[in-house]
Amino acid sequence: MEFNLQDVDSIIDHWGPKPASLLQILLDVNHQYRYLPQEAIQRVAQRLSMPVSQVYSVASFFKVFSLKPRGRVIMHVCTGTACHVKGGPRIIERLEQDLNMKTGETSEDLFVTLETVNCVGACAAAPVVMVGEVTYSEMTPSKTSLLVKELREKES
Amino acid sequence: MSRLNSVQDLERLREEINRKRDSIKKRIRICGGPGCYSGGGVHLVPVFEENLSQRQVSREYMVTLTGCHGFCARGPIVVIEPQNIFYERVHKERVAEIVEKTVLGDALVEDLLYSDPLTGEKIVRERDIPFYAGQERIIFNDTGLNWSTDIDDYISRGGYSALAKVLSGMQPEQVIEEVKVSGLRGRGGGGFPAGVKWESCRRARGEIKYVMCNADEGDPGAYMDRALLEGNPHQVLEGMIIGGYAIGATEGYVYCRYEYPLAVKNCNWAIQQAKSYGLLGENILGSGFSLDIFVNRGGGAFVCGESTALMASLEGKIGEPRGKHIHTVEKGLWMRPSNLNNVETWASVPHIINRSGKWFASIGTERSKGTKIFSVVGKINNSGLVEVAMGTPLRKIVYDIGGGIPGGKRFKAVQTGGPSGGCVPEKLIDLPVDFEKLKQAGSMMGSGGMIIMDEDTCMVDVARYFLTFLAEESCGKCVPCRVGVKRMLEIVTRICGGKGKPGDIEQLEELGRSMKEAALCGLGKSAPNPVLSTIHYFRDEYEAHVYERRCPAKVCKALITYVIDVDKCTGCGRCRIKCPEGAILGAKKECHVIDEDICVRCGICLESCKFGAISIE
Repeated sequence: MEFNLQDVDSIIDHWGPKPASLLQILLDVNHQYRYLPQEAIQRVAQRLSMPVSQVYSVASFFKVFSLKPRGRVIMHVCTGTACHVKGGPRIIERLEQDLNMKTGETSEDLFVTLETVNCVGACAAAPVVMVGEVTYSEMTPSKTSLLVKELREKES
Repeated sequence: MSRLNSVQDLERLREEINRKRDSIKKRIRICGGPGCYSGGGVHLVPVFEENLSQRQVSREYMVTLTGCHGFCARGPIVVIEPQNIFYERVHKERVAEIVEKTVLGDALVEDLLYSDPLTGEKIVRERDIPFYAGQERIIFNDTGLNWSTDIDDYISRGGYSALAKVLSGMQPEQVIEEVKVSGLRGRGGGGFPAGVKWESCRRARGEIKYVMCNADEGDPGAYMDRALLEGNPHQVLEGMIIGGYAIGATEGYVYCRYEYPLAVKNCNWAIQQAKSYGLLGENILGSGFSLDIFVNRGGGAFVCGESTALMASLEGKIGEPRGKHIHTVEKGLWMRPSNLNNVETWASVPHIINRSGKWFASIGTERSKGTKIFSVVGKINNSGLVEVAMGTPLRKIVYDIGGGIPGGKRFKAVQTGGPSGGCVPEKLIDLPVDFEKLKQAGSMMGSGGMIIMDEDTCMVDVARYFLTFLAEESCGKCVPCRVGVKRMLEIVTRICGGKGKPGDIEQLEELGRSMKEAALCGLGKSAPNPVLSTIHYFRDEYEAHVYERRCPAKVCKALITYVIDVDKCTGCGRCRIKCPEGAILGAKKECHVIDEDICVRCGICLESCKFGAISIE
């Protein structure tokens, strides 16, 4: 999605241009663009009358935010305890191998970003992988490999 | 929806809703809990509705998407009322058959019934299944029965009657006294008596006070708060409104993880519904008491579950905790008196008001009252959410309710309390689970996650897992936590990597003790727990790693090798083709071998072998 100052402004207006709204505003901007564009951070600081450094400190503190553009598909591998004991780490290894990148990175063609999440609360279905808001339960390394293939095919 | 201006209005509405429901012959309850949701449970609703409307009987039968039933291992779950016939692992293709046989008729769909793994006997009714029969469901009872996003359904089950009782005849002090009598302690992990907290907040000076709900359920492996907030948001709100009245609050906040989008959505929904009925907002039920509640999302920081960090985050700052020489009940959010309790604590309040504090105090042990919801997950047959009285022996939770360990493996330990807790080993299986007993065993209650581990789980690896988690999540404000966790992680990683040195274990213990003493907040103080408790109970495993360069559970990669069994290998070549490193050699139809130097221990060969010829040594 193209960056648009009006969109950022309407998010700010929705929550109100006050310091208490900072996290909520950044969450919405991050959701809309899949990352926090620099212009957006500057705009938020300006409208909330706070130094850019404070907005940046919050943006860099919380795990959910990305300061770099992320892929069209965002894969979250759950690293909760239940997922860990049921083989979550092997899923991450396989994905890193298949996609030829490390966790936290985005593929060059901006197709996919691979991230981990501390727990999505679907522990009974462990290990789980989330793509966007869809949860895939009881995953194995090979099922995950297939999933990536399917996602690629879907896009092309 | 018309506004309710008095307690009588609420009662009239309740009667009206119940009268309307008289015409319903059967109710189909579809679980919309976290486990079933991801398994496709939510997609069953339109299929059932369409099927019933095609037969032109939608008026007589009701389809509801409920909160979590708890038995997540068997999801998606469908239950048909009034007989409460329990069907497990239901998929779209089976809907027509269920409607035909069980909804319109009175026959059963045999193969969808739960079958007892020991006897093979089929069990028809939901609450006859051992998983449910062994529980004592109070707080979590309605979550699987209700229609989670419908306020009328909540009211029909007696919802908001506790609020009505409070507003129509109880002074705030009486409410606090009732909660004190109940002995309710904070369910988020601290275990601080809720009534005492409320009292301090009521007494604190300040015009504006806040009532807050901590739904930043960060402990990996615990999801009862998610299930409650998604599945029965009004119960949590009702508790908060009662709490707000008791302490004299005018504004409330629910701080929920962004990772739980459905919980945020359902909670916002519930707030809107409650407002339109006048159960929230200005002049609640015509009593003169006003309270507004807002939902705020967190940003994925574990430390924000800590009260002062949570409040800092709400103020638009980074989520760093502060020293607690002044408590948040006196100076919390915006330096005003703030009362923060966990989701489950709030959800307990309506029950205490309705059924008395004395009744609540009659359940549980001497110092831990009431029930507790545990998420029993990991290497266990019946994974799911379980509510039992405090003091229930661990054995009952793991074996009677949990159904034991899959694959005939041996139970090794249960991890409780998340990254702040520890492991309880097999020899303590008869431990009655409450706040005190878990603490004595070197662990803690935490928010109620119970991760079951079997013989294939390496305890050093578990310690490393939690340290990795904590190293990422430490906010970095105080040195003991920021540097201490990092050093501990380095040592444990070294041990897992087969490079442990004599003295490493002792150094871990010493570092752990210093951190406990010196760290600023609860996160830092409890950060060494996973390491210290695993050393305490499983020192031999640490020693095997350090002195014998051996991982007894065969998990730590640097200490294991994959080998091919000469007798079982048929030389099919499947593993050779699959191996991404080209580490497997061998001619067709001859036994293959793995080159240890090239092998990266990814396990692909083990997964691909159809003859079970590959094993770990």
